[in-house]
Amino acid sequence: MKSSVIVFPGTNRERDVADVLADVTGTAPHIVWHGDSEVPQSDLIVLPGGFSFGDYLRCGAMAAHSPIMRDVVAKAKAGVPVLGICNGFQILCETGLLPGVLQRNASLKFICKDVWLKVESTRTHFTRCYNQGEVAQMICAHGDGNYFADPATLDRLEGEGQVAFRYCDPAGNITPESNANGAQRNIAGISDATGRILGMMPHPENAAEAMLGSVDGRKLFESLLAAA
Amino acid sequence: MKARIRITLKNGVLDPQGKAIQNALSSLGFKGVEEVRQGKYIEVDLVSTDEAAARTEVERMCRELLANLVIEDYAFELTAK
Repeated sequence: MKSSVIVFPGTNRERDVADVLADVTGTAPHIVWHGDSEVPQSDLIVLPGGFSFGDYLRCGAMAAHSPIMRDVVAKAKAGVPVLGICNGFQILCETGLLPGVLQRNASLKFICKDVWLKVESTRTHFTRCYNQGEVAQMICAHGDGNYFADPATLDRLEGEGQVAFRYCDPAGNITPESNANGAQRNIAGISDATGRILGMMPHPENAAEAMLGSVDGRKLFESLLAAA
Repeated sequence: MKARIRITLKNGVLDPQGKAIQNALSSLGFKGVEEVRQGKYIEVDLVSTDEAAARTEVERMCRELLANLVIEDYAFELTAK
C-alpha cells in the first residue's frame, strides 16, 4: 500500500504519520509539497497536523486553496481514501470534502492531553479493525477543535453513521466533562458518506507505539490495510 | 475601488472569544454590557473602478475564501479610493 503525506508551510506532524505508515504498511509514504500540482499514485492521502499558513484567516482556510488541493479533491472524489488529522481535518472541512467547521475550543485554551474516544462507526475505511463502541485512547493537541455544524447536518451525520469517534470518559460514557473542546454532540471525528474520507482532531499517529503510552491509534492504519 | 468587508458569526453560533471579551469588560467595571460578538474586518484595494464589477468580484472573494458560510456572514461596502 502506497501513501502520500501532504506538507504545507507550517505542517509539523508529517514525520510522525510517515513513521507509522512506514511501520504498518511496510512502505515509506511519498512526502508531497503543497505547491506541487499532482499527488503521486496512492492508496491513501494524508493531510497531517500542524499549523498550515500559521492558521491565518481561519485554520485550514489558506491550505484548502493550495495548488495540490485541487488534485487531492479530484482524487478523493474518484475514491482514493483521504485522512485528515487535526489541521488536516480543518482543511478537509474548508475544502468542503467534509461538512461543518472546527471552531476555537470552548475553553479558549490550547489543549494538549490524552483523550478517550468511543468508536461510533466501524463501517469507514479507517475504523473497520475497531469494535463498535470500543474506547480508544489517543492524544489531542489543538486550539481549534470545537466541531460545529447546523442541527440538520448533525442529524444527517448521525443517521448515516458518519460520526466515527466521540469524546468519552475512559469507561466509554459520553459526558459533557469528557468533551475536550466543546464540540457539538462530543464529535471528535467524522467521515463522508462513502466512509473513504475521514477527519479527526485527535492524533492516532501519536498513539501507535507502546512507548508513547497508547497503541489504540494503530488500528486506524491497520484498517486501511484490511480495506485495501 | 476599496472594499471594506466585515465578517461576523451567524446568529446562534457560539462565540467564546466574544464571551471572554465580555467577561474582561465586566471585570474592568463596564457594567452595562449585554453581549459581545467579535468578528473580522478586511480592506481590499481593487484595480477596478467599476462598482458593479467590483461588487461581483468581492462577493466571490467572500464566498470562496474570506468567510466560511457554515458559521459566518459577510457584508461589505465599496467606495472610490
